[in-house]
Amino acid sequence: MQDWTLTFEQQSALEPAQVGGKGHGLALMAQAGIPVAPGFIIATPAHRHYLDETGMGERLRNAMDGIDKHSLEAREALEREVVAWFDHTPMPSELRNAVIQGYDGLSRALQLPELAVAVRSSATAEDTEGTSFAGEYETYVGMKNGDDVELHVRRCWASAFSARALGYAWKNNIDPLAVHMAIVIQKVVDARAAGVMFTISPTTGDRSRIVIEACHGLGLGVVGGDVTPDRYVVAKVEGQVIERVLGDKHLEYGPDGKAHPVEAGRREIFSLNDSEAIALSKVGKRLERMRGAPQDIEFAIDRELPSGDNIVLLQCRPVTVTVPKTASPLDRALGQLTASVLAASR
Amino acid sequence: MNALTDRFPYLHEAKAPSGAEGWERMYPYFLVSQPDGRDFEQERFWFADSMHWSRAVHPFDSIGAEAVYYGCGVNGARSIVLPAALGLDVRMVNGFVYICPQAVSDPAEIQRRLALFQERAGHYYKNWDSLYANWKSKMTAAIDRMKSLQFASLPEIEPIEIVTEGQGRSVSWSLVENYHRLVDDFFLVWQYHFEMLGLGYGAYLVFFDLCKKAFPEIQDQTIARMVAGVEGMAFRPDDELRRLAKLAVELNVDPIINANDAADTVLASMAKQANGARWLAALEEVREPWFNYFAEYGFLHDQETWNENLSIPLHAISRYAELLRNGEVIDRPVEKLHEDRDEIVAEYRALLAPEEARAFDEALALSRNVFPYIEEHNIYVEHWSHAVFWRKIRELADVFVAAGFFRQAGDFYFLNRFEIDQALFDMVESWAIGVPARGVQHWAREIEARRKIMGALRTETAAPAYGTPPSEVTDPFAIMNYGVTTERVQQWLAQASGGNATALQGIAASPGVIEGIVRVIRHENEISELKPGEILVAAITAPSWASAFSVVAGVVTDIGGLMSHAAIVCREYGMPAVVSTGFATAQLKTGQRIRIDGYKGTVELLAA
Repeated sequence: MQDWTLTFEQQSALEPAQVGGKGHGLALMAQAGIPVAPGFIIATPAHRHYLDETGMGERLRNAMDGIDKHSLEAREALEREVVAWFDHTPMPSELRNAVIQGYDGLSRALQLPELAVAVRSSATAEDTEGTSFAGEYETYVGMKNGDDVELHVRRCWASAFSARALGYAWKNNIDPLAVHMAIVIQKVVDARAAGVMFTISPTTGDRSRIVIEACHGLGLGVVGGDVTPDRYVVAKVEGQVIERVLGDKHLEYGPDGKAHPVEAGRREIFSLNDSEAIALSKVGKRLERMRGAPQDIEFAIDRELPSGDNIVLLQCRPVTVTVPKTASPLDRALGQLTASVLAASR
Repeated sequence: MNALTDRFPYLHEAKAPSGAEGWERMYPYFLVSQPDGRDFEQERFWFADSMHWSRAVHPFDSIGAEAVYYGCGVNGARSIVLPAALGLDVRMVNGFVYICPQAVSDPAEIQRRLALFQERAGHYYKNWDSLYANWKSKMTAAIDRMKSLQFASLPEIEPIEIVTEGQGRSVSWSLVENYHRLVDDFFLVWQYHFEMLGLGYGAYLVFFDLCKKAFPEIQDQTIARMVAGVEGMAFRPDDELRRLAKLAVELNVDPIINANDAADTVLASMAKQANGARWLAALEEVREPWFNYFAEYGFLHDQETWNENLSIPLHAISRYAELLRNGEVIDRPVEKLHEDRDEIVAEYRALLAPEEARAFDEALALSRNVFPYIEEHNIYVEHWSHAVFWRKIRELADVFVAAGFFRQAGDFYFLNRFEIDQALFDMVESWAIGVPARGVQHWAREIEARRKIMGALRTETAAPAYGTPPSEVTDPFAIMNYGVTTERVQQWLAQASGGNATALQGIAASPGVIEGIVRVIRHENEISELKPGEILVAAITAPSWASAFSVVAGVVTDIGGLMSHAAIVCREYGMPAVVSTGFATAQLKTGQRIRIDGYKGTVELLAA
């Protein structure tokens, strides 16, 4: 029988073709003992099976062949159609049962009957170095039963055919149907604070710096840019916080995925303390070493877990930004001198 | 001062402190701004070298500035042939030393010099260890030669050997000859000083530049830490103090070393103790050569070595002994420092791609190869050579006093080295002829005038800079050694035009943030005034202040880079330090409350 779902601990969860970029990252972390939010993966064969069994794949192929790829209006019209097709085309029963069992199993294991989960797309073309597909596919937060999860898995699949995702795929010469999309189902962390960590300075490209942006509640405010997060710079080697800048966190996202105003007194309180920032940076450093490249990591501090053991990583991917190098007159003077010294010393 | 935005006052616009008018005539003409050379001076940028001369210098003491910048120029510009830099020009303003790096800007000329540099520098880098060994023996020989010079008082009648051995040469001529030989060797050791230093810094810069490129936000102090030595000669004087403190505690004689007693009193009481003789013998053993050590750098005649003022080392020993009594460990944790250094190196290296790591290894190896020289050369030159130079100069000054030429030995230093040459000949010739020396009255008047001028000059601290600053400071040595960066110059300009006086910007030399009470130290003798928890504010801190670092909470200096022994010790003590603030001793007052940030290099004045 086909394994439509995989746990983070299963061997095949380490195969990107099976679980997509996001799932692969989570499996790597989980198997290295790095704390991630509990969950499971709906593997790429499930996606393929759905497209083949329901005839959705052929329908999409025909629809895409027939439109002007450069027309945003045409892509938007197709998106509206595609969303309706996916909403009205349930999974074949064997697949549907596997998804619902997956959710129920997770709910039982965590002893949370109305477990709120996030449904995240994890495509095979996503999150590889070079093309990030960052934010092109959907994530849904706050599903509380198997049926709802099943529906949102289909909506994630549909998001590969949004006007925006199609534009991005075609621009990068990628066939949208060649993208195999796994889905990650994870418990919604009851985040006291959350945010994003770069294991490289995004402004200078300094690899000895870790930069963390964090806010109260879930990290949606940091990712979406609708709050000014607190910012921490940690010296990677020395393990010290060398800079902290207080943000203005007027909103916080709750487990339901909705934004709530933050009372005045708490806006000016740092969302992470130094030891949390340092503990986070240690996890970041480990991940970077494991994956051999600077990482972009989403994390949360879980309210329900004890201090020191409350970090949950939500996802990680390689950093794709490169910092343009500009040489100042001093750089040139130094470069000239050092080149001549090096040449003389050889 | 008026609101100046794009330049500092020109050299000739510098206003003498009240009572110091006419200071210019005290120094050789070439060290002073002249009307004929104003165009040249005006378009250039001159910054204070208070790292070496933190106070206004007496006329004789300007010999240091002459020797340093002769040695620096001849090696950089003419011998090693640095491709893009000549020497550093030098001027005195209000008794302070100002320097001006001379760059080579013509690309063709740089190329021509580069070819010469490759050959010459290459020879040094490839034979570094043997050349350094050779350097040490040359230095030791020069120091021994200086030690052997005699300055005996003029006799009434020549010794009989002049006649019986048919010498036919007056003992008085030895005074003239030995003065010249002493000055010659002083200039020689300063040529030796720069023989390898520019190359050493150049090699360090290779590693520095590589780190800055790979880690744009890395702190300079972190780079220095990866290269700096943990043991070696540079640490010996302080290590000996720690050892003597331990021995005193072991022998139960440590209460005798009371910081409030004069050195003579301490030594006399020690001699009366049962175990005192053993401790005194140990002290005697280390004094040569390790106490030939200046509390500062030995550029001024009135600076004292530990040997000349035993209360300096005794005070430090008493402080270490107190730490021991309180159960603290005072040994430098050499092994741990080694481990820490290796760990930092390994961690940064691990962040690099394989080919970058290979370049990192090469640059680090090159830097470490030259670093013993960078760390140790000061012991030979600034401490040992200077100690014997000033000792011999004092002997000569005493000859002048014995001959009735000067009323007191201190008068000597109010003449510059050329004037001393004249006075010496005047004294010797008058003695030979049997007439009163013409200079006695001539100099007595002038010395009184100059004494007043020096008094007035010493009431002020050095202005950080003069002339027209470059839009960007690109001289690597100005930046690395003196901490003179584009940002620093802009801050000096802002502050010189009456800008923000509640905050100072310097260079972060040792990490940490601390608040505390200011103690401005203008002279090494004041170190004993430091109270626990205070922040030491000085023009520059000297290596020998290490024991004081165990008391203070932080250090702020006017000038200095990151590669000094003092900066390293500061980091070892885990104490925040901000160097190169330009104005700290001028703007901060003892008793004020400040916050210093050793990450950002800032000093903030807080409400009392």
